[in-house]
Amino acid sequence: MFVRFFSALGRPILRFIQYLGEVVLLAAETFMSIFTRKLRWKLFLNQVVEVGLLSQLVVVITGGFTGAVFAAQTFFQFNKLGMGSATGAVVSVAILRELGPVLTALMVAGRVGAAMSAEIGTMKVTEQIDALRALAVHPTDYLVVPRALAMMVSMPLLVAECAAVGIAASYFIAIFLLEINGTYYMANMVKWTLSRDIIMAVSKAFCFGILIVFISCHKGLTAREGAVGVGRATTEAVVNSSLAVLICNFFLTMTLNIIYPAGYQ
Amino acid sequence: MNQRIANSLPPGTAASTEKKNGAMISVRGLTKRLGAQEILRGVDLGVAHGETLVIIGRSGGGKSVLLKHLIGLMQPNEGEIWIEGQNIIGMNERQLGAIRRKIGILFQGAALFDSMTVAENIAFPLREAGERDPKVLRERVREMLEVVELEGQEQKMPVNLSGGMKKRVGLARSIIRRPKCVLYDEPTSGLDPVVSDSINKLIRRLQERFGMTSIVVTHDMKSAIDVGDHIAYLHDGQIYFHGTPNELQQTTDPILQDFMHGRSREELRVES
Ligand SMILES: Nc1ncnc2c1ncn2[C@@H]1O[C@H](COP(=O)(O)OP(=O)(O)O)[C@@H](O)[C@H]1O
Ligand SMILES: [Mg+2]
Repeated sequence: MFVRFFSALGRPILRFIQYLGEVVLLAAETFMSIFTRKLRWKLFLNQVVEVGLLSQLVVVITGGFTGAVFAAQTFFQFNKLGMGSATGAVVSVAILRELGPVLTALMVAGRVGAAMSAEIGTMKVTEQIDALRALAVHPTDYLVVPRALAMMVSMPLLVAECAAVGIAASYFIAIFLLEINGTYYMANMVKWTLSRDIIMAVSKAFCFGILIVFISCHKGLTAREGAVGVGRATTEAVVNSSLAVLICNFFLTMTLNIIYPAGYQ
Repeated sequence: MNQRIANSLPPGTAASTEKKNGAMISVRGLTKRLGAQEILRGVDLGVAHGETLVIIGRSGGGKSVLLKHLIGLMQPNEGEIWIEGQNIIGMNERQLGAIRRKIGILFQGAALFDSMTVAENIAFPLREAGERDPKVLRERVREMLEVVELEGQEQKMPVNLSGGMKKRVGLARSIIRRPKCVLYDEPTSGLDPVVSDSINKLIRRLQERFGMTSIVVTHDMKSAIDVGDHIAYLHDGQIYFHGTPNELQQTTDPILQDFMHGRSREELRVES
């Protein structure tokens, strides 16, 4: 009775720990390969195009509308207290520290993570991964390294872009729709936004990129047979990386806040 | 008389020592379970340098699984695999790289890279080996396409090829680096008789010209007898017969005769 209870409790936990271990091993193997093997530049640049260049539209729209709506809601509340011109400061700090990195990561997980696990998963179930291995090419070197590097390069830039567009959108909404005085808006924003907010945005972006790429590639490499297997791998890649982003975001905020405390001091 | 020749060899005899040291490939007691099923139950097999060994056996009998073990794509539950005197069991993926550069494999489903053209697929092993000169690559690809009788198909994508054409592109990809040994998984299935014959001749020619060792898995008795120096029959997860094509043709063993003449057991019972 107790034994059954604990083994029923233990099995999913063990499986989860094993899963984490596999993802960490994949990451370790990838970093080892990055530092010791020759990079395939063409594959890397292709991935930069896939991950970075082609994600821009999604990221710009996400950033723009989030910045706009966030500015409007903040203004509605703050204006009652006569603090309407502080809207800019709130929006820019919030977008840099939280909204920009998290929303970009979620969009990239949906777009890029799904594509990665579907592509690698299809290669797995059609024996193309075995063909790579048989031709003495390590799948990590060939498939994971270019994607991981592209993600590490692209994510900070995408987040920066998302935040910039969000802040710009909030500015235009504030000036033209909410009729806040532009000079005050700007002055408050610049006063309260510090370089450490930008550092926080970029650090989070980098970490989220790593989470998404390894979770997605791992799901692809372990996909089960058939179209169903690839479909499941893709879904799980998106769900797992989104959850990982949200959970890690909390811990990142708490740790990074010690190093880069929020607010003007 | 000649059945179970491979199995009747006591381990540790002169022959088995010679196999480990002098043979291209030597397999001892290979056992593989997949799920609840025991696919291989102690396979013993030796292939000498320059020899062509044909493996025949019923569909689903584990021939493809056996081939995948020989280049470390699958790990056995028990047993040893010696490639030119090196035991590959327990090697990691990077160590296996050196072994795999010696051995090419043609997969049953060809396993072409579907995001690459025919030419890029065939050039892939050379590119990975460090060849960058586009002129050399183009020339080698053209040469290989000629060998497999697919001239001028360089720019097609794998999805637009028929099964037999894919097979031949896969074949070109597996031999372009001139490996010491090639494993062919059903190279002629799905091909018309004329192309089948030319593939068989190609396997022979590679053996004669470059001394390549080959292992050919096939259902096709005609191919088996045409290309094989030796024929092994995989039955119930073990090598049931290992001998020359002549010995196989003269056998009186009912199981082998059924296979050779394509008879199923049920029909036999009705007849007798
Ligand atoms: N990856 C795998 N997982 C589970 N079972 C497998 C796998 N690969 C092959 N099998 C099973 O092993 C048996 C032998 O397969 P295979 O080697 O492909 O046969 P064949 O002799 O026709 O090439 C089959 O019953 C097949 O279902
Ligand atoms: Mg097979």
